[in-house]
Amino acid sequence: MAKHKISVTINGAAREAEVESRLLLVHLIREVFRMTGTHVGCDTSHCGACTVVLDGNPVKSCTVLAVQADGAKITTVEGLEQGGKLHPVQEGFTEKHGLQCGFCTPGMLMTTSALLERNKNPSEQQIREAISGNLCRCTGYVNIVKAVQYAAEKMR
Amino acid sequence: MSEPRTDAKICGMGHSMKRKEDPRFIRGQGRYIDDFTLPGMLYMDIVRSPHAHARIKKINTARALKIPGVLAVIDGPTLAKYNLHWMPTISADTQMVLPIDEVMYQAQEVCAVIATERYIAADGVDAVEVEYEPLPVMVDPHKSLAPGAPVLRKDKEGKKDNLAFHWQAGDKADAERALAASDVVISENVYLPRIHVASMETCGCIADFDTAQGKLTVYMTTQAPHAVRTVFALVAGHVGLSEEKIRIVSPDIGGGFGGKVPVYPGYVIAVAASVVIGKPIKWIEDRMENLQADSFARDYHMKVELGAKRDGTMTSLKIKTVADHGYANASANPSKFPTGLFSICTGSYDLKHAFCEVDAAYTHKPPGGVAYRCSFRVTEAVHAIERATDALAQKLNMDPAELRMKNFIKPEQFPYKSVLGWEYDSGNYGVALKKAMDIIGYDALRREQAEKRKKGDLMGIGISSFTEIVGAGPSRDFDILGIKMFDSAEIRVHPTGKAIARFGTKSQGQGHETTYAQIVAEELGIPAAHVQVEEGDTDTAPYGLGTYASRSTPTSGAACALAARKIRDKAKKIAAHLLEVSEQDLDWEPGKFFVKGAPQMAKTIQECAFAAYTNHPQGMEAGLEAVHYYDPPNLTFPFGSYICVVDIDRGTGDVKVRRFVAVDDCGNIINPMIVEGQIHGGLTQGIGPALYEEISYDDEGNISGGSFLDYYVPTALETPHWETDKTTTPSPHHPFGAKGVGESATVGAPPAIANAVVRKSASGRIRVATAMTTTMRTIERPAGEPV
Ligand code: FES
Ligand code: FES
Repeated sequence: MAKHKISVTINGAAREAEVESRLLLVHLIREVFRMTGTHVGCDTSHCGACTVVLDGNPVKSCTVLAVQADGAKITTVEGLEQGGKLHPVQEGFTEKHGLQCGFCTPGMLMTTSALLERNKNPSEQQIREAISGNLCRCTGYVNIVKAVQYAAEKMR
Repeated sequence: MSEPRTDAKICGMGHSMKRKEDPRFIRGQGRYIDDFTLPGMLYMDIVRSPHAHARIKKINTARALKIPGVLAVIDGPTLAKYNLHWMPTISADTQMVLPIDEVMYQAQEVCAVIATERYIAADGVDAVEVEYEPLPVMVDPHKSLAPGAPVLRKDKEGKKDNLAFHWQAGDKADAERALAASDVVISENVYLPRIHVASMETCGCIADFDTAQGKLTVYMTTQAPHAVRTVFALVAGHVGLSEEKIRIVSPDIGGGFGGKVPVYPGYVIAVAASVVIGKPIKWIEDRMENLQADSFARDYHMKVELGAKRDGTMTSLKIKTVADHGYANASANPSKFPTGLFSICTGSYDLKHAFCEVDAAYTHKPPGGVAYRCSFRVTEAVHAIERATDALAQKLNMDPAELRMKNFIKPEQFPYKSVLGWEYDSGNYGVALKKAMDIIGYDALRREQAEKRKKGDLMGIGISSFTEIVGAGPSRDFDILGIKMFDSAEIRVHPTGKAIARFGTKSQGQGHETTYAQIVAEELGIPAAHVQVEEGDTDTAPYGLGTYASRSTPTSGAACALAARKIRDKAKKIAAHLLEVSEQDLDWEPGKFFVKGAPQMAKTIQECAFAAYTNHPQGMEAGLEAVHYYDPPNLTFPFGSYICVVDIDRGTGDVKVRRFVAVDDCGNIINPMIVEGQIHGGLTQGIGPALYEEISYDDEGNISGGSFLDYYVPTALETPHWETDKTTTPSPHHPFGAKGVGESATVGAPPAIANAVVRKSASGRIRVATAMTTTMRTIERPAGEPV
């Protein structure tokens, strides 16, 4: 199968790879770059466990081909902490018990950190809408909402 | 227990300590099964049947094997050479690992492709050509049990019907006599549909057979690693796997909920492939495989009859159930309890006469069913009695809260022996219901509902006052495949006063690394921050049966406290030695021993630990550690009362949960924050099946609900803002009065929703076809029927 040379900036670092056209972005991240914080929870673009921020927008990386990300700036959960300082959403999830098994958490963190970039003061309904493409089987969402509110407060 | 006994530095029981597992998870540094890569690792992918019942005429692997990177295709005949093509289920039935000639459900494993890369393994699966001859399909469990039905399990010699088993409890004639003598009797058909745990992480493993050492290590998504090790040794002993050469490692688990208790064919194929090929084999199922082939839950068709006197006093209960088990009974139940703890079906009520029975049917569906976030069929039992209670209230024209209050087992009746044989350890049901009613403003809501009805608006109020039975269990009654259901803890205190604690259980998100550390902190005064908790590696952890059925706190939690107390006893001897006093002169407060009347003369636990390795009394063994295997004297009986309010759109039938108040009683609490989180999650897994989730099959055995396209796990938009509160009735027999809480809400929530949504109309028609109702079924209601 034909290979394509692509380059991306991931969590601030420039990376190159030779990939098949069919390789999914999530597998580029997990299996080529060996960053396993981004998870796979489904095969129908429903769960959001694979969410990363691509050029400022949260995307489901299972639904993007690696070649489509050529030239893009990608942030994954591993890139949220800066200089040893947790991102406010990371803090919020711990403080408010917004995670249990932790499997959905990276996707939730990426979706909500992107939300707070766009909207400094989201209402509960806006938070719920923002995360409605991210499934969590453990928490019942109430504490995730609180975690995001906590982070929003911190960021203001 | 209201106030914590320890300070925030020690952080024992009652503190909402932030979780010790969070720092890795929020950084994306959790280590789930698919995050591991071993040197030389190969990938396995599975070919599955498109038919629910068919004869396999031919498996053509030539095209697949031509693909560069495809190394092997393993089919039934390959495994048959090692006699590994069939395996026992936890319920002592048998199921295929890979078929020889016949497939029995859609998505059944047919053969497995081993390849150098994940994508190539998938290419190989596409290239395998299987010729099938479709055969007649049996999907209806009632038809399956009817006389003359074609026999499904022809592999079982002499089997003449499709009854997987029959089970019953209670005195049938007595219950029927009491029903006949009742002033009123209601009869409800209640169906709990087939559902799936749908944990966000699917199942998978890496089987790694080390040819040099002859040792098999399996990293796998299992809630019960020790039991799995023993099962592997028993099942594969004949091919040379011996238990000391088997190591099961359960890494971070992305949710289990009972679905990661069974051993699925994929694990066994991967193990066989690794042993034969001598390389690590990774198998990770995708979501569709997970929903379509892994063990389902529920699928109980129940006919519930409840009798009462005119004044509402309940008299007798009778339940007849047809259980659909698919083509094999793969229930994860204790051996003596083929229907789990279903006989808790008299619930929170003082019923003197009761009988229940279950006929389990084989059908052409995947095997099951697992105890999905439920202590073995308690969800089914609670649903039956709680729905019946509301139907009775409606028939008697009585308020359902009042009817419950009237029939509750009274606080002074505990310990209470139920007519079906359980000894409820403790309870105070009326207080919990009253609290829920006060929080939600029950009377005002009933008035609002009456007003709304006049206008034709659909508003429902539903109550559920459930009693759970968890923490299996006493070894006299409880075993799985002969292994008694005790559980274990091992604590080692290091010279510097820090500790490591290991357990036979396995967290899947419940926060054991935090809560077990808090138990050690409570008992020994060693700060929870200094206690390292480990589970899931059978080479290091003490033997135990694992985490499900809300048993971790009741069993391993108890073992932890008792192991810690053994350590404290030894530390006391050391303290007496150091202080040159007798043991009787010492008192304990969390973290130190001090001389009675002279509190300045004290030795901290850390000082005792150091002395255990540097200055222990002559004649005493050095070191400071203990193991405890805890065999509970009884189960524990958490309970609660839930009330919800729903608004139903007349046009679309859409059900909106306006408010949901949950008052839980799980006895003494280790970490209130974690308990609340468990309840939030359980409630969400309660509204899921009540309103959205269902797996069903058409007449050909084709699944719906087999992917997240049509299996509707609730999102943040459907899920209401949960309101929780608690009462505290400690378990009298548990070492620190705890009861277990992981599953209460999953058990208690569905009937609250159903009771808000379902109502028989005056014409006798049921507004919603089944008790657990999907949105689509709500639309089917006869137009204009009042709620
Ligand atoms: S893996 Fe489920 S949406 Fe991407
Ligand atoms: S924390 Fe387990 S899926 Fe969200």
